[in-house]
Amino acid sequence: MPVLQPAAVSLGVEAAAVSPGSHLPRGAGPAAAHAWLMLLPAFVLLVAFTHYPAVATLIDSFHSTPKGNRPAVWVGLENYQVMLEDPVFWKALRNNAWFAIVTIPASIALALLMALWVNERIAGRAFLRMAYFTPTVLPMVAVANIWLFFYTPQYGLLEQVRGAFGLPAQNWLGDQATALGAVTAVAVWKEAGFFMIFYLAALQSLNPSLREAAAIEGASRWTFFWRVQWPLLMPTTLFVMVNAVINAVRMVDHVVVLTRGGPDNASTLLLYHLYEVGFKFWDTGYAAALTVVLLALLAATALFQFFVLDRKVHYK
Amino acid sequence: MKTLKRKAFLQTLAGAAALALAGTAPLAHAQAATEISFYYPVAVGGPITKLIDAYAADFTKENPSIKVTPIYAGSYQDTIVKALTAHKAGNPPVTSVLLSTDMFTLIDEDAIVPIDNFVKTADDRAWLASFYPAFMLNSQTGGKTWGIPFQRSTVVLYWNKDAFKAAGLDPNRPPSTWAEMRDMAAKLTLKDAGGKVTQWGVQIPSSGFPYWLFQGLAIQNGVTLANDAGNAVKFDDPGTVEAVQYWIDLVKAGVHPPGIVEWGTTPKDFFERKVAMMWTTTGNLTNVRANAKFDFGVAMLPAGKRRGSPTGGGNFYISKKATPAQQEAAFRFAKWITQPERAARWSIDTGYVAVSAAAYDTAALKRYGAEFPPALVARDQLPHALAEFSTHDNQRVTKALNDGLQAALLGTKTPAQALRDAQAEANRLLRGYR
Repeated sequence: MPVLQPAAVSLGVEAAAVSPGSHLPRGAGPAAAHAWLMLLPAFVLLVAFTHYPAVATLIDSFHSTPKGNRPAVWVGLENYQVMLEDPVFWKALRNNAWFAIVTIPASIALALLMALWVNERIAGRAFLRMAYFTPTVLPMVAVANIWLFFYTPQYGLLEQVRGAFGLPAQNWLGDQATALGAVTAVAVWKEAGFFMIFYLAALQSLNPSLREAAAIEGASRWTFFWRVQWPLLMPTTLFVMVNAVINAVRMVDHVVVLTRGGPDNASTLLLYHLYEVGFKFWDTGYAAALTVVLLALLAATALFQFFVLDRKVHYK
Repeated sequence: MKTLKRKAFLQTLAGAAALALAGTAPLAHAQAATEISFYYPVAVGGPITKLIDAYAADFTKENPSIKVTPIYAGSYQDTIVKALTAHKAGNPPVTSVLLSTDMFTLIDEDAIVPIDNFVKTADDRAWLASFYPAFMLNSQTGGKTWGIPFQRSTVVLYWNKDAFKAAGLDPNRPPSTWAEMRDMAAKLTLKDAGGKVTQWGVQIPSSGFPYWLFQGLAIQNGVTLANDAGNAVKFDDPGTVEAVQYWIDLVKAGVHPPGIVEWGTTPKDFFERKVAMMWTTTGNLTNVRANAKFDFGVAMLPAGKRRGSPTGGGNFYISKKATPAQQEAAFRFAKWITQPERAARWSIDTGYVAVSAAAYDTAALKRYGAEFPPALVARDQLPHALAEFSTHDNQRVTKALNDGLQAALLGTKTPAQALRDAQAEANRLLRGYR
């Protein structure tokens, strides 16, 4: 029973590994006290910064927003009703779904492609690996400002390239049809390098004799990848996918820099809408309700991944 | 021997205690001095934090019993988030510079006290009356003054004189009416052989906070978008629809870039000669002066039915949860920093409009105005200026207008439809404040 996992593994994976039917030895006074003491620091932090806020948010979501001298009062499900009638919420939800559906597969595919490539013995491999990882290291707001220049109408980088080919002008961030796509492209670019590192580590831990065996059998590169590498990479893919889903819902910083959710909410994502409601409109009751929905969405996807997809993953 | 040692030890202890007491005496005195924390947003480039630090130090030198501690809190938006969060946690800054439009929000959160509480002497009253009336519009409601104007701005038109010359226009005559601006913009719009525009005639930014620039058009068309009580708006007024239509017609005529024009890159578009006339804040004046590689001019916005521009920028507010001594000290600091000589210096160093006529009468600002006349345009426009759009639940009502304007500019809704939707949303939000 691997109770203690390496620190690098995410908490969620750890919890999943421990939870089903783990029978720890009962009683044994000092040993149990010892164990509890060891768990205490993490336990206190989790309760103070994760569990208590989550419960408090749920309670707040059933109350009105306190303003000045008017304290919060119980309003039941009114905040949720407001949400159902809020067109910006639905727009943000649709945008976020679209954002997730594009970024998750695109960044995973790109990451895998880059990892397979820099795993080969090629000239300048160290440089390539570093180049692919660079987007992850750069601060998000700085990166978004660079992309802001790429997307600038008329003399931005993209427009100069298009101009050289005689293509018509395009205002990438100022057009409802392209604003969300432009934001999505930045996210894929940013994420892929990060996921590549996990794939690269997994590829390097694969037994080299598999490749030799495949070569002797005369398997093509594609067969080797599809029949050997891909199945063996499944645990990594699951881990990366969990992260990708979390990131798709967590994305807010570059929306702030690139579009501020505009034009006319075309690139508003759930978390950005939540930020606006909570910290621009100061409607904390409604913001709490939005947070609860966001948490429920994340919990549902996490459960699906752990209990449905996890069964299909082959662990060594 | 042992007792002696012990006696010596006790003596040393007593001595140390006495010393410690003596040491704390001035310290205790210093603590008795009033300390005021001061949240300040860094909204423009340049060495602005150094200027503010110097003001705080100079003030303490003149008033040793008060210590001002500036805390740089990020953008305006970051600063109000921090100030209000601190207020809700029970430990807000004694004074902050926040947007003048946040007045209703701060009143609704019960976070600030009226300035009138501290205005006691004839000198105080004369000082409060010295501010430009246009700036006080956003600082007063319900017969009380809630904010002290400090770093204020208006919208102005910058034009490229070289481009005017090249288009055969008089480089020293900017457009003075809507029709003139449209005609001049048409002459200033240049295309390459492939029919692609290389230089637009005019641009009015529409990203982020289009309502502010649009408010200029609305005022010029005779509409005041919000009432003084901040609980009613006129988004669906025929005059408002007309003002949006004028903006859209500029785009349709092909003299204004289509889609949403980014606020942040508009000055750069101007430097790169991608646009010949731009609307932006006076706060960009120092920036344009430093970066434009051509002769440029600054003008009041053109007139529709009348001239007009909203004001903008930040006011001093005093926290309700501070002690009376701290509030009094904050008031004295705000009064000190807005004295004519200091307001003049501040205007020269930053490009903000000085807040009183007396500041423009100082030798320093007169000299600066003589050698760089564009610095005076914002002041000359003030008699035509109205309050920046501000209501209760301000940011939410403003978003309704922003979304409506962007939808109209992008053509996803007709101007009338977009503004009707914005009006409905604003009515819903404001019904609780009537």
